[in-house]
Amino acid sequence: MSAASDVGFHAQRQARWHYGEIAFWLIVLACGFAFPSRYLIMTDILRLALFAMSLDLILGYAGIVSLGHAAFFGVGAYAAGLLALHGIVKEPVLALIVAGLAAMVLGFATSFLVIRGVDLTRLMVTLGIALLLEALAERFSNITGGTDGLQGIEMQPIFGEIPFDMFGKAGFFYSLAVLFLLFLFARRVVHSPFGLSLRAIKNNPLRAAAIGIPVNRRLIAIYTLAAFYAGIAGALFTQTTAIASLDVFSMERSADLMLVLVMGGTGYLYGGLIGAVIFRMLQELFSTITPQYWQFWIGLVLVVIVLVGRQRLHRWVLYVPNLIIRRIAGRKAIVAVPESDS
Amino acid sequence: MTAILTNLFDGVAYGMLLFVLACGLAVTLGLMNFVNLAHGAFAMAGGYICMVLVNRMGWPFFAALPLAFVSSAVIGIALERTLYRHLYARSHLDQVLFTIGLTFMSVAVVDYIQGSSRVFINLPAALQGQFDLFGVGIGRYRLMIIVICGLLTIALQMVLAKTRFGSRLRAAVDDPRAASGLGINVPQVFAFTFAFGCGLAGLGGALSAEILGLDPYFPLKFMIYFLIVVTVGGSSSITGPFLASLLLGIGDVAGKYYVPKMGPFVIYTMMIVILIWRPNGLFGRTAAR
Repeated sequence: MSAASDVGFHAQRQARWHYGEIAFWLIVLACGFAFPSRYLIMTDILRLALFAMSLDLILGYAGIVSLGHAAFFGVGAYAAGLLALHGIVKEPVLALIVAGLAAMVLGFATSFLVIRGVDLTRLMVTLGIALLLEALAERFSNITGGTDGLQGIEMQPIFGEIPFDMFGKAGFFYSLAVLFLLFLFARRVVHSPFGLSLRAIKNNPLRAAAIGIPVNRRLIAIYTLAAFYAGIAGALFTQTTAIASLDVFSMERSADLMLVLVMGGTGYLYGGLIGAVIFRMLQELFSTITPQYWQFWIGLVLVVIVLVGRQRLHRWVLYVPNLIIRRIAGRKAIVAVPESDS
Repeated sequence: MTAILTNLFDGVAYGMLLFVLACGLAVTLGLMNFVNLAHGAFAMAGGYICMVLVNRMGWPFFAALPLAFVSSAVIGIALERTLYRHLYARSHLDQVLFTIGLTFMSVAVVDYIQGSSRVFINLPAALQGQFDLFGVGIGRYRLMIIVICGLLTIALQMVLAKTRFGSRLRAAVDDPRAASGLGINVPQVFAFTFAFGCGLAGLGGALSAEILGLDPYFPLKFMIYFLIVVTVGGSSSITGPFLASLLLGIGDVAGKYYVPKMGPFVIYTMMIVILIWRPNGLFGRTAAR
């Protein structure tokens, strides 16, 4: 009995908002006002952050390794583009939700394939689905515009009030609002008993099943939810850039996404957000050094991260902040990455 | 009728080629349980080395092929000893990230050295064109591929089944601890197998320049094909991936010929359906080893 209340106590303490988290979001918001000339790249980072958060839900919490998460991103992107292009759903927020739902339906349908088999089969099936969709988008070029992509998308004002401006200011705050709302929901989900059961599944599916967690149903649910998030990220991409092209499905996109998440750390939701910032900054840096071959450096970063070890790397990165906290507050550091990847 | 036979022939040649390219992956993935997505990079290395030898240095094609094998194997063993071996015990996620990183690097390096356009290997005149056999058009180059790959397959099967090394490998895979207890040097066996698989990939890469096309994006473009061969074929034997390669080759050629608009659709659908039906592959672990 006491064990149960103990677990409940710790789970609740974990779920409480820390000062650090509030500060984090305030800084993000402040960036929006501090760098008015950088809206486009910041919007890009927000989109990537949302996309990475979606992967974190299945990889960091449920332990599903996916190489084809771009499939849902792409479906969301094309759905939003088509809705806007043909004027089916004119209002962006509504279109965003519809696009997310489209990706969600695909996620639900394909989740049955993904929960079967081991890591390798999952890897293959997710990759196969993304490639399949890419081939489909190329095949039905009369709908998707083929290799040219969807062009001439005109976005209507948000809620019919706020128009998208050419500096991307509206786009930035729109993306930020969407990201924050979805983050709140994801935070609620992962700290709920449902989220805790996902972690149990990740650590040991067999034991999780033995203590009465319906493993497959939980995996289907989180995979579907992650697909919804990825679809929203894709729709944001189309809405803020006004294009959708075949490369939304590409395997490089899925691979980059993994890198983003790994750089930020998995299993605590902020990983995707922090990783997105680091990734874009690295990308800028590398493409100024060697415009054509920045992929080499991205690859090198991946190799080094794995060889050094992700946990060790995070310890190094957090060493200085923790030291400062110890010195100033005179207590044990609270900044830690709860990572339990095996 | 003859069109069907020609297609079948092309499909078999294509499948054989895929088998040589992917069977090294079947070993690392299936037997050593290491997800090596960079396998295509070794194939690309072999292909480019063969190209440089033949086109730039004027070597005869048939002399360049063994060298493509050897150099890919050497690259393979160097990477295995320095990098890969630290990752055998790590999670699949780490292995995926690491090998994707390697693939990206190989793409950029080859792009930097050789440029991003597709390269061709100058073939000797004896391998060009095709001849008719009972009205069926048979390409000389494809016939050579079938002969080489067929011989390789038989040799591989013999080595695995009959030689002392083959039984050591099978023992090391079945139970590494027990095998090393019996005095088998398991890391050495694995390293040798890995190098041999890379060498085969290099040979396949050299042979495939004519049929699959060789450019810096080769490892990314064909990664899925190699993985299909291994996952569909299962990895408990050589025959599984072999049959899967043939199926994939014939299916792909026929799909592109009869329903060209569907493009790669046929292959991916086939793969997903097979994986749903048999998650461990068509000839998976349930089959008697």
